[in-house]
Parts: sequence; C-alpha cells; structure tokens
Amino acid sequence: MPSGSDFKFVRVADVSRHFGRRRALAHVNAEFHVGEVVGLLGPNGAGKSTLLGLLAMLLTPSLGEIRYGQTTPATAGPDLRRRLGLLAHDLYLYPELTAAENLEFFARLYDVPDASACVARALDRSGLTERAHEAVLGYSRGMRQRLALERTLLHGPRLVLLDEPFTGLDDASVRSLVSRLRELADAGAIVILATHDLDVVSELLDRAILISAGRVVADDRRPADLRGWYRHAVAGGPH
Amino acid sequence: MAFARVAWLIMRKDLTVEARSRDILYTTAFFAASCVLVFAFAFVRDGRALDDAAAGILWIAIAFAGTLGLGRGFERERSNETLRALLLAPAPRPAIYVGKLLSIVALLAAIECVLVPLVSLMFQAPLLRHPVLMLALLASGTVGFAAVGTLFAAMLTGARTRDVLLPVLLYPITIPVIIAGVRGTAALLQVDADLDMARAWIGMLVFFDTVFITLALWTFEPLMTD
Repeated sequence: MPSGSDFKFVRVADVSRHFGRRRALAHVNAEFHVGEVVGLLGPNGAGKSTLLGLLAMLLTPSLGEIRYGQTTPATAGPDLRRRLGLLAHDLYLYPELTAAENLEFFARLYDVPDASACVARALDRSGLTERAHEAVLGYSRGMRQRLALERTLLHGPRLVLLDEPFTGLDDASVRSLVSRLRELADAGAIVILATHDLDVVSELLDRAILISAGRVVADDRRPADLRGWYRHAVAGGPH
Repeated sequence: MAFARVAWLIMRKDLTVEARSRDILYTTAFFAASCVLVFAFAFVRDGRALDDAAAGILWIAIAFAGTLGLGRGFERERSNETLRALLLAPAPRPAIYVGKLLSIVALLAAIECVLVPLVSLMFQAPLLRHPVLMLALLASGTVGFAAVGTLFAAMLTGARTRDVLLPVLLYPITIPVIIAGVRGTAALLQVDADLDMARAWIGMLVFFDTVFITLALWTFEPLMTD
C-alpha cells in the first residue's frame, strides 16, 4: 500500500485550462499508472507543457480535477510535491552555483536523507563528477540538461514529468537517458514525457497520447510505427 | 523546524549566489552612494546641512537601493525560472518568503554599512552617537520595507511591467515605515537627542513589521499559487 501522500496512479478528469481568453487545454481525460512510460506528443503549442505544469501542480485547472491516487493537491498539501519531479524546458538551475552546490541545495530543500552521498551518486550518474565544482554558467546545454535531470530525480519522485528531456544531449547521453527512464518505470515510477523526438522514444513508450489544440485526439498503447501513427493522428485519422 | 531549515537554506543560497556575482551589491551600493552625494551637493551649504536632511536622505537612499535590490534579486529567480523550482519543492511556501526576506535584509544591511558612515561624513550628522537606538531604527525600518518589498517583488515576477509596478505598489504602502525611520533618526540627530521620541518611533516600526510580516506570511501562498 502506498503510504501517506504516495500514489499508484494519476487521474486527469475533464481538465481544462484557460489563460485569459486563450484555451490551452479543453476537457482532457487521462489516467497514468506506475510502471508506465507515457509520451505526450503533438505540434508546438498543443498544450503538452500546460498539461505537465498542471500535473506538477504549478498550475491549477480552470475546470476539472487531477487526483494523485486518492488525494488531490488541496487535501494532500506540500507533502504531495515530494512525490513529483519536473524537468521543464527551463532547467531550474542557478548558473552562479556549481553543479554540486545546485544538487546539494535541492537535496536539502527536499530533505533527502544523506544528501551529500546522494549528490555524489547523482554527479557520478550524470558524468559531471570531474566538473562538479565549476559554476553551471560555464556548462554546455547538454551538461546542464544532464544536471537538471539529476536535480529532477534526486528525491526519488513517484511521478516523473519531463518536457523535451533530450534537448542538447549527445547520442550516448540520449541512450543512457532512455534506459534510465525505463529503469525508473520498472522500479515503480510513472514517467510522462513531452517530446518531438519520435525516433528516440519509439521503443521506450508504453503509451502515446497525442494532444492537438488543447485536446487529446489519440491515446494508444505502444503504436507499432510511432511516426506513422503520429502523422495519421495529426492528420485527423480514426483511432 | 522544517520552516526554519528551508528559510535558512534559501537565504544561504541567495547570499552564495550574490557573493559569486556581486552584481546586486555593487549596483545598489553605487546607486545609494550616488544618491547621497547628489543630495549632499544640494543640501549642504558652507559645511552645514539643512535640519533633518541627513535623516531624510539616509532613508531615501535605503528605499531606492532596496527597490533596486528587490527587483534585481527576483529578476535573477525569474530569468532562470528557479522561483518555480522553489514552489515545486515540498517546503512550506511562507518559509520561501522568509528566506527571500532574510536575504534582502542581509543585502540592505551590507548597503547600510556603507550608507551610514557616508551620510555621517557628508552631512556632518552624528548618526552613531546613540548606536543601539540607531541600529534598532535601521533594523526595524529595513525589515518593514523588505517585508512588503519581498512580497510584491515575488508577486510581480510574472508581470511584464514588473519594473514599473514594483515602486508604484511599494512606496505608497511603505511610506509609514519611511516616515517612522526619518522621524526616529531625526530625533536622534537633534542637538539634545530626544531618546523617548526615537524609542516611540522604533515601537511604531516594530508594530509595522509585525503587521506587514503577518500579512505577507498569510498571503504569500495564495498569491504564488498559479
């Protein structure tokens, strides 16, 4: 049984989100379970990042509800945020601080037990141990992306939300991230990623959800030909 | 316990970032010193300053430098979207406010270490004749100004016109703090310092601090949620 604010599924029930007069999401329904890697696909401005923001509790729905197991953000309070990890398009890193200082700060903010050892492991995994004491300002985009991923996963979140996680990564880092995400899901996380890198994620995804103009237009398990499925769905084909 | 730990972590992080870049410290200190110098040329004649000018200029410089520091401090969080990272954390959101408040107060305290001797020198004002009362005035006035400023600066991080809106919102609300600071300082600078009057203004400032901090702690979470 999940304890406290922990959960085994996330349910998005008839969620809409407006920014002023602009509708970013309209009547979205979806359910995500532990062990799943779910891809949010769709053209630019479709509403993928808005859905990630809502799932991360950075935004509140204009209509509808998101439930994390039996709890909602209103009933669970801050402790529910401990179960979430978000890698957004902006990397949420302090450029003046070193990689080690960034991770240490977030580890302590999340009250991670044995923060120093946890940070050392994270630096090792990201391949940044040798440059751990350099300011992030001098890092390449790919290095920052790897560091931001470790920041996201530092506290062992149940729900892992990733917005374009492959941006700036070289081939080896992409392969490493793909296998890491599979391991996370196998270990009991719910992994949801918004991406345009269809070739990279075609073997990874358990489910693909296509969002267009703020609506879910397709939701399929392991489409055999992801790119073909995507083109067909965007063109408005039946599912 | 978690509250104090988070506030301390955020303050320490802010001060570490500032110690590395020093851009806010240098900018605000330079700006505050320039203010004092310009006013010194206007209000000091034949080595004598106008009555109470030193008190007014000290607090104007603190308010202007504070506004600049608040704007730059939150611009740093906005440009890297790190304020969102703080809001994502399972920390009590009022603790985030207190951490930011402490770092702004520490920054202003550093600026005041330059300002007080400079005003003393340029205006021949014995600001440190009653050091404990002067310190109490500066501390309570700075906390009051920063308490409102931190709330507004955090609230405006998402607004396009934040640079214009911050002073427009901040100065009318903090005028009581600035007036109390000026009158309390003026009472200390009289030839026969009016210590009772200075204590009364300090009491007033502590009252303002209590009200402003209570309101800010109460409103920070709803204001920062979406």
